[in-house]
Amino acid sequence: MTGKDWPLYEVFIRTKSGLSHRHAGSVHAADDEMALNHARDVYTRRNEGVSIWVVRSSNIVASDPAETDAFFEPAKDKIYRHPTFYEIPDGVENI
Amino acid sequence: MYTQGLDQKSNRSDVPPQQDDAAAVAAFQARVDAEEKIEAKDWMPDAYRRTLVRQISQHAHSEIIGMQPEANWLTRAPTLRRKSILLAKVQDEAGHGLYLYSAAETLGVTRDEMVTDLLSGKAKYSSIFNYPTLTWADIGAIGWLVDGAAIMNQIPLCRCSYGPYARAMVRVCKEESFHQRQGYEIMVELCRGSSEQKEMAQDALNRWWWPSLMMFGPSDQHSRHSAQSMAWKIKRFTNDELRQKFVDVTVPQAEFIGLKVPDADLSLDAETGHYRFGEIDWQEFMDVLAGNGPCNQLRMQTRRQAQDNGGWVRDAAQAYADKHATRVAA
Repeated sequence: MTGKDWPLYEVFIRTKSGLSHRHAGSVHAADDEMALNHARDVYTRRNEGVSIWVVRSSNIVASDPAETDAFFEPAKDKIYRHPTFYEIPDGVENI
Repeated sequence: MYTQGLDQKSNRSDVPPQQDDAAAVAAFQARVDAEEKIEAKDWMPDAYRRTLVRQISQHAHSEIIGMQPEANWLTRAPTLRRKSILLAKVQDEAGHGLYLYSAAETLGVTRDEMVTDLLSGKAKYSSIFNYPTLTWADIGAIGWLVDGAAIMNQIPLCRCSYGPYARAMVRVCKEESFHQRQGYEIMVELCRGSSEQKEMAQDALNRWWWPSLMMFGPSDQHSRHSAQSMAWKIKRFTNDELRQKFVDVTVPQAEFIGLKVPDADLSLDAETGHYRFGEIDWQEFMDVLAGNGPCNQLRMQTRRQAQDNGGWVRDAAQAYADKHATRVAA
C-alpha cells in the first residue's frame, strides 16, 4: 500500500422505488460528496438508479468467510423454523 | 473493452509464490468444479489470485488506453449526433476501466499499484489500441470489429469463477452491445454512400481485420496458461475457439454491406459450417506487444501526460476535502 490512493467507498444503488439498495462496486474519492458524484458517473450512466449510498469500505464490518460454517451453524439444526417441517393432514385447506 | 489471452509475467513477480496447502487447493478446486463462485475474501490459491490480478488489471488498462484511438475523432465527428454518440462511447470505456479496477482491488492490489505499473510500462494492455485511427471509417471498424471481438471474449467471462470479475463483466457486456451496433451502423452508412465513402469503409476493414483477429491472443498451442485458466473456470473457451466464432459471425456481416474481408484464404467449409481463414502474422503481433506497434509510444505518452495534467485537480480536491474535514471537526 503506497497510501497515494484516495479512500475507497463501496457503492450501493436502488434501481427503483420499492427495491432495496444493492452493492454495485466501488470508487475512490477525496470526500463523501465526491464519492457520490463518482458513483453516479460510473454506475448510473443509463438511469440504473434512483438512489445511491456510498460508505467507506473501511467502515464495513464483514463476517469472515473462513468461519462461515461456524458462524451460521446455530441456524442449521432448526429446521422447525420452516413451514415445510410441519405435517398437515390431507384435506385441510388454506394453511 | 477487452482482455487478451496473453501470457504475461505476474505484475508482482518480486513476491515469491506462497506454498499453498494441498488439501485447501483441492477443496478450492472442488468449489470451482461445482460452479460455486469465489468471492473476495474467500481462500484461494496464490496463483489463482495472481492470474486474476494480472488479467483484470490488464483488461482495465486496455479500456483506459482504448479511449485514445476513438477520442482522436471526437472533435472531427461528421455530425453532432455522431459526436454525442462517440463521446458516450468513450465515457463508457472509462467506466469499464473503473469497474475492472474496482474488481481487481478486491484481490488485494491497490489502484495506485496498478496505475503505476501501467504508466511505467510494466503492465500490458491489448495490442489492438496501438494502431492509428486514420479516417472516420476507423471509428466504424473499431465499434464493429474491435468491440465485436471484445463481446465474443467477454460474454463467457460473465460466468467466470471469480464473482467480482463476473459481475463487472455483466455490466460491461450490457453496454458493449451499443458500441458494436453503432460501429456497424457507421459502416452501413458509408457503404450506402458515395464510392469514395465505400472505399473508405473497405480500407478501414482492410487495416482492422487482422489486428482484430489477434485480439484473441496467441494460438492455443502457444498459450501456456490457457489450460490452467480453463481448469479454474476463469476462461470458458480457448483463444482459437473464440477467434473462430468471431470469424463465423463477422464474415456474413461484411458480405451484407458489400465489403470484402482481406483474406485470400477465406472460405466456408460446407462440412463444418465454419470459415477457414489464413495464417495470422504472429510476428506483427509479437512486435506490437513488445512495444513496436505504430502507436505504442504515443499511447503511453498521452496517458502519462493526462495523469500529469490532472495532478492539480487531484491536489485541489484533496485540499478542499482536508479543509472541509478540519471545519467539521472544529
